[in-house]
Amino acid sequence: MRKWKRFTSVFTLLLVASLLAGNAEIRANSSDSNHYTYTYDCWGLDRESPDAYSVERVISGSDFAECGNFSEPQGIFSTGNKMFVVDTGNNRICEFVYENSTFTYVRDVVGYKDASGKDVNFKGPQDVFVTKDGQMYVADTGNNKIIHLDADGNLVKAIGRPEDKTYTDEKFLPQKLVVDGAKRIFAQVQNVNKGFLEFDDAGDFTGFVGASEVSYDFLTYLWKMVATKEQREQMEMFVPTEYSNLCLDSEDFIYATISTFDGMVESAEPIRKLNAKGTDILVRNGYTDPYGDLRYTDKGEMKGPSKFHDICCLDNDVYYALDNTKGRIFAYDFQGNMLYAFGGHGYKAGLFMNPSAIEDLGDSLLVVDQKLGTITQFTLTQYGKLINEGLAEYKIGHYEESADIWREVLKLNGNYDQAYIGIGRALLREKHYKEAMEYFELKLDFKNYSKAFKLYREVWFEENIGVILVIIVILVVLGLGVGFVKKARREVEKG
Amino acid sequence: MKIKERLTNKEAWIRYRDSLRYSLHCIVRPFDGFWDLTHEKRGSLAAANTIIILVLLTNLIKLGATSFIFYAVNWDYVNLILEVATFLVPFIVYVVANWCLTTLFDGKGRLKDIWMGTAYALTPYVMIQLLLVPLSNVVTVEEGAFYSVFSTFSYVWCGLLIVASVMMIHDFMLGKAFLSLLFSAVGMLIIVFLLVLFFSLISDGFSYFYSIYKETVFRMY
Repeated sequence: MRKWKRFTSVFTLLLVASLLAGNAEIRANSSDSNHYTYTYDCWGLDRESPDAYSVERVISGSDFAECGNFSEPQGIFSTGNKMFVVDTGNNRICEFVYENSTFTYVRDVVGYKDASGKDVNFKGPQDVFVTKDGQMYVADTGNNKIIHLDADGNLVKAIGRPEDKTYTDEKFLPQKLVVDGAKRIFAQVQNVNKGFLEFDDAGDFTGFVGASEVSYDFLTYLWKMVATKEQREQMEMFVPTEYSNLCLDSEDFIYATISTFDGMVESAEPIRKLNAKGTDILVRNGYTDPYGDLRYTDKGEMKGPSKFHDICCLDNDVYYALDNTKGRIFAYDFQGNMLYAFGGHGYKAGLFMNPSAIEDLGDSLLVVDQKLGTITQFTLTQYGKLINEGLAEYKIGHYEESADIWREVLKLNGNYDQAYIGIGRALLREKHYKEAMEYFELKLDFKNYSKAFKLYREVWFEENIGVILVIIVILVVLGLGVGFVKKARREVEKG
Repeated sequence: MKIKERLTNKEAWIRYRDSLRYSLHCIVRPFDGFWDLTHEKRGSLAAANTIIILVLLTNLIKLGATSFIFYAVNWDYVNLILEVATFLVPFIVYVVANWCLTTLFDGKGRLKDIWMGTAYALTPYVMIQLLLVPLSNVVTVEEGAFYSVFSTFSYVWCGLLIVASVMMIHDFMLGKAFLSLLFSAVGMLIIVFLLVLFFSLISDGFSYFYSIYKETVFRMY
């Protein structure tokens, strides 16, 4: 009887344990946050954050009498106080002026006169770039051309399909473009996977920029050795990825996004910063590389990792990547630390159905929704402003000043990890090593922790060197003494 | 009264102490050590269980006191039962799998011998990892190589000792010992699979009766 009882009790214990194990799984999957703005902490868990941007207004074309509704707008560009909306479905570029926090419709550009004086209309343009002196570059996708107009709307040049044997696609479908300070055009062209096309000032094709290397892993190599010839030919199809969009920062570096890749998003580096040679120089010092949502589902309507369709970079090197999967905007600082993410899928102001482009205008962000034909304007909140100020002070090396700002930030959001590390750095400068170590340990910054600890260890040794020496001397004396006593006793016992 | 007699039996205590001390001999002379452990009865189950408890304690001390540079712990998600189980369950399953298998492969060891041998083989883990805990708190990231080298060393040492214990306890040659370890791993997988199957069936059965109970309760209202 007793034996039976023991057996049942063990059985119940196991049963309870198995049920508990079942429950734990449900808890671990809490990724999809219900809050609007969030950030990932040092453990990779999503944490609620105060709103860094709030919706100022939602603009649609019909707000302006002469403009009329947008149809599938694909791009947006701003320079100075001007905003250009690429109204792809209506084959036009609309120009607005933003003054005294109101938008005014100026004009639309629907086409140009070609060399023979004939009117040519845009056909499904997808992007526009306007230089400071008003020269307009249009990616006229439907006409397979890149159009360069001067400030008065006269045609300067039209760039067609490059006659170059490295360009293999039959069509020329320019989708996105930027123009740098040296008037070079960088264009993202559909079906081209060798990087961006670069054209010089005269409109001549000069080569590809930023092709991502095809990397072999060891497994693929092994597989290739045993594969048949047909299989191997199939594998050649796995080509480097296509870029989805690009923008220029204040120093003419290209920020680029990728939205289609095979394999894991963690290793795909979907956000890149290219220098003139086309090498990726993005700083990735965050807890994780910038690739949007750390956790995502592989089922349902909004499955898969973040797919970035556009990116924009502010003068303080904070960049905002626009995720089309879930309609979110991810902000990263110049070190690659995630600042915050906000947005979502829906019809409410601040949510998007199919966001296609993002651009910054002064202090505000503009996000184009191609399905709704609207532009959402976001402005910085107090919290967002504080973070920008803190980053600015930090970037020029004013750690103490930035620490004061970070303390303010922590009052608004105790989950902002970089604030703790910022305060820790300031404390380290002020030689409060112990406190600095606590701040670094809290947010798992072991590099800075080690820096602080090294100094702390030195100071500790210097302060306690006397005590340490005394202890060593005592130990040595004790050891010798014990040895001596033992030896003496043995000799006495021997007689 | 029997317990009291046992506790006050001085000879038993001496034997326990000697068998525990024997683990230090075992880890430096594994072949002689593991042979005598079972064949000359120089080990004891009590000492083996002490070592297992020490391993569990080491794991907990590691969890609590290792510097976050080497072992970052999110205390929100620590589950003590799970921490204990992550060592104990594989250990028990390995011993059982190895016993099941070596009985078929005409190994000489009994279940008790395998249990003892495997436990004794974990002695270096306790010794080195316990010393590494204070060490981890006085080094920086750059000096962290020391930590990882010693840590890896303890695992390798334990691994070699386990191979030696299998060879000596079952009177196997090296090749057969490796083979039996390999098949033990397969056996472990099978045991785990059966356990999972068993528990999912049980919990399905349980939830069936539970839903009947719920249904009747709702009807009553």
